[in-house]
Amino acid sequence: MEVLVSIFTDSVFMKNMALSYFLGMCTFLAISKKVDAAIGLGIAVVVVLTITVPVNNLLYTYLLAEGALSWLGEDFATVDLSFLGLICYIGVIAAMVQILEMVLDKYVPALYNALGVFLPLITVNCAILGAVLLMVQRDYNFGESVVFGFGSGVGWALAIVALAGIREKMKYSDVPDGLQGLGITFITVGLMSLGFMSFSGISL
Amino acid sequence: MLRKFFDALAPHFHPGGKYEKWYALYEAADTIFYQPPDVTKSTAHVRDGIDLKRIMITVWLCTFPAMFYGMYNLGFQANTIFATGAFAPVDGWREAIITLLAGHDPSSWWDNLVFGAAYFVPIYMVVFIVGGFWEVLFAMKRGHEVNEGFFVTSVLFALTCPPDLPLWQAALGISFGVVIGKEVFGGTGKNFLNPALTGRAFLFFAFAPSMSGDAVWTAVDGYTGATALSIAAQQGMEALSGQLTWMDAFLGNMQGSIGETSTLMLIIGGVVLLAMGIASTRIVLGVLLGTVITSLVYGHFGDASSNPMFGVPYYWHFVLGGYAFGLFFMATDPVSASMTNAGKWWFGALIGFMVVTIRVVNPAFPEGMMLAILFANIFAPLIDHFVVQANVKRRLARG
Repeated sequence: MEVLVSIFTDSVFMKNMALSYFLGMCTFLAISKKVDAAIGLGIAVVVVLTITVPVNNLLYTYLLAEGALSWLGEDFATVDLSFLGLICYIGVIAAMVQILEMVLDKYVPALYNALGVFLPLITVNCAILGAVLLMVQRDYNFGESVVFGFGSGVGWALAIVALAGIREKMKYSDVPDGLQGLGITFITVGLMSLGFMSFSGISL
Repeated sequence: MLRKFFDALAPHFHPGGKYEKWYALYEAADTIFYQPPDVTKSTAHVRDGIDLKRIMITVWLCTFPAMFYGMYNLGFQANTIFATGAFAPVDGWREAIITLLAGHDPSSWWDNLVFGAAYFVPIYMVVFIVGGFWEVLFAMKRGHEVNEGFFVTSVLFALTCPPDLPLWQAALGISFGVVIGKEVFGGTGKNFLNPALTGRAFLFFAFAPSMSGDAVWTAVDGYTGATALSIAAQQGMEALSGQLTWMDAFLGNMQGSIGETSTLMLIIGGVVLLAMGIASTRIVLGVLLGTVITSLVYGHFGDASSNPMFGVPYYWHFVLGGYAFGLFFMATDPVSASMTNAGKWWFGALIGFMVVTIRVVNPAFPEGMMLAILFANIFAPLIDHFVVQANVKRRLARG
């Protein structure tokens, strides 16, 4: 239990996907103009991560890892399919996002329209693939990968919602011409991660 | 007479005049002496002498008790060590000034004050000149007014520096704070992080050896002495209370950043700010509440034998490190804090929670006030957003 709690806080704060690994930057910067849209996207990312990371975990443990196929019989005990990892993970992520898109279109059309093209783009959101690869690298078991996926999603959502709050406030700022738009957003994100440094060094 | 002098100069600085580009400087000099002549053109009009300039100067003056006590204490700590004979003052221009004006007697307040001034004044001057240069440059280029917010930023930044800080690092830190923390967003009132803290955090991470550790807190070369918080973190509460009484910590008789040691002096300045309504009482109370609750929770559930910081009670948290300084002068910065009344409580409580969490849980940083405030600054606009949404919902429900 304690392990799960520490994985959760670790992935939300100390190893925040957006602000300490800088993953998922494209959507992070693009959908952070309005708090409401940011919350929607944040929830979408949480859902996708919570599903894809455990599913990929099963995929890895029972199909891809070295010796994972031993349940098929003695002959398969030495097979190592981990070189197929990347393409399999992406496939799973793409399928999940497709399903999520259809669900949103049917039940929450307002959010579906607000997210627009960025919803299918969650497929290539590096935060998702990054979380899956980190899961593989850190050898999480199934339960841990559920918590890790959920925690990474929450951390990323927290960061994008905070950024959206700041950008809504920055409507009143008077940014130099050369830095308008993306430029100042990059600086903002950098300064935000300075604030998130307060967690660096905590090891649970 | 002075008015006439300024009026005679004015045409040169207005658009089309010879020194149009320097208008910002002219305006700054003018408004130091007189109220701006501009009045509100529409019907709503409050007659009050208070303006941004007045507010900022008040904050600046309110740091003075802490500043002078800080200089005295800096000298006192160093001279006490010299008096033991184990360390000798290093020759140099600082030492030359000190021997010219005073000696090294720890019981003479004049000697202590001069020693402290020899360290603090150069830092403050560098910070003021370099920061002011950026402020004026941006004011001229961007066409906004030179803002007294900078007075506050510079003095707050200088007071949070450790006494031994190399001057070029002070210059670098304030440049980062003023330019990246404030000016790229358009100047005073448009930034989202406290500029003084941004600069300090930048230095803290970029030049960690001169901003943290045990060697930098006393202006004695080669002497290492841990701050109260690192003693508590490494050896526990008993070791700390053996070396330092609560009263010592409250009065500021310990080493630390120049202006942060004395809780009493900071309370004097802070009470003036609160009474004048410049600093928000809600934020201050929020921080205090957050600290008390969080440290009680940690004290109750944490195991003090594995991490001594769990055993530090809340009234010690109040007097150690930069707590009081951050509480009165940094957290209450009206620009980077939450704007809504309910939001200010949450904002304060978040700082209180974070400062105890960083001090207790994070072994990398013994002190957490600076990062706690920066962290809460990030979430301040979001807190406001939700408070406003909640108000909208309530009013709609009321019909």
